[in-house]
Amino acid sequence: MSSLPYKKTALGMVFVALLVTHGVQADEFTEDDLQRWQQQFMASVQQGRDLWTSPTLGSNGVACAQCHPNAANTHPETYPKFQKQIGKVVPLWEMINWCLRNPLESQPLAADDPKMIALQAYVTHERRGVKLEPGKH
Amino acid sequence: MNTINRSRRNFIKNTSTLALGSTLPISLVELAFADSSQNFTFAYISDSHIQQIKGTYFVRNWDRGLIRAVADTNLLTPKPDFVMFGGDLAQLGSPAELDHGAEILSALKHDVKYVMGEHDYYLDLGAYWEKLFGPQYYSFDHKGVHFIVLNSIRTYDDWTYKRWPTNEQRMLEMAGLDNPNGSPFMVGEEQRKWLKEDLAKVAKTTPVVVFSHSPLQKIYKGWNFWTEDAEQIQALLKPFNKVSVIYGHVHQIQYNQIGNISFNSVMATAWPWPYPASYAQAEQYLPKLTVPMNRADPFFERDATGWQFINMADGNVDLNFTLYDNTDRIVRFSKIDKTPVDTQYQAEDARIPPQTHY
Repeated sequence: MSSLPYKKTALGMVFVALLVTHGVQADEFTEDDLQRWQQQFMASVQQGRDLWTSPTLGSNGVACAQCHPNAANTHPETYPKFQKQIGKVVPLWEMINWCLRNPLESQPLAADDPKMIALQAYVTHERRGVKLEPGKH
Repeated sequence: MNTINRSRRNFIKNTSTLALGSTLPISLVELAFADSSQNFTFAYISDSHIQQIKGTYFVRNWDRGLIRAVADTNLLTPKPDFVMFGGDLAQLGSPAELDHGAEILSALKHDVKYVMGEHDYYLDLGAYWEKLFGPQYYSFDHKGVHFIVLNSIRTYDDWTYKRWPTNEQRMLEMAGLDNPNGSPFMVGEEQRKWLKEDLAKVAKTTPVVVFSHSPLQKIYKGWNFWTEDAEQIQALLKPFNKVSVIYGHVHQIQYNQIGNISFNSVMATAWPWPYPASYAQAEQYLPKLTVPMNRADPFFERDATGWQFINMADGNVDLNFTLYDNTDRIVRFSKIDKTPVDTQYQAEDARIPPQTHY
């Protein structure tokens, strides 16, 4: 459950940037802002992709991408949804933890662990353009 | 297990012998094809991806899939004439993984013939595999059928020989199905030349069956559900009356008909793969004929994996999919449609919700 130090730094830079460029004014953002925010997001997507294909995220060398190339068959657009086997409505990160525990024979991640956020950023990015269908099985 | 249960009922009805109380999948295909002495069966096991963790530890899940296929195959009655292994025995092609896989397969009470997969190949370009299993491409005749085995997972020489600093890295780059640093599979010039010469000795009326690891058709390049020189191979096979191509790699049910050539994929024993249409960013060409396998239930670790026994019926192949934890499927060559047809689900209105992938 180690958090990556560069994530903290990056987040700090966003706060500083907000104070400097906007001061007390309301949020009138520029093209530069949009680009920078997109870069922040894509950095998380890339971190997620690295974890998704990593043999060391789990304990047995199995990577998420072995069963889910390009994160296919993960259906982020359908969460939260009822998972029959868990017996309740769950968000995507609980299903990711199920995979960490079972096929990857590893430990679950906290919901706000930067690794968990990066995994979800990657999975969702690969599914971009697909309409939201919460609850769909 | 619906189909097997039905077969069992027929079996009990058609014979005076009461079947023994086994619930294991037992083939009764001889009942259906009892007239022709030339009909025979073989079993097909593929894509076990035996993966070493460290030392004597291997990924349990993948081990179990292969062990079960071997145990089931040994129970087939009537006994199949031989067993094919369709490639990707190992995950990263190491001698430890190939040895461990070969040891599990050694429990088979049949002749076993092997197809090369990319996970077996790209560490040492098949050197250790050849020591265990023999040549990378070959042909043989059996009961009037000409069988051909190709190594269809080779690629451009630049990629294989010049691009990567170590063999280990080359293996890792090709092992990632969705890795953009990978390279398209191909049979290549050397084997195409050999294939042409091999086929020159075969009568055009002889049924031909080709085993490859990758599809000898183009479905989705991003995951190498693809063979770069597929059209050239198809052209060499075109003069023959009955041709069947059976391939692994895709970890899912696919079938197609292109001219005289029937295409059938086989299941993996390790894990299932999504259909390419499930990847929202993919441009892909799944054959329209294919009725997909059921969507996998991850809570059943063997769901959407399995193995198959194959009837050679009058020179065409019928695939009987034995699907662990799910309903078995039969894809049979239809003499009317002249294509492979799912015996239960082919019609649009016969399909069930789990066959919708998105």
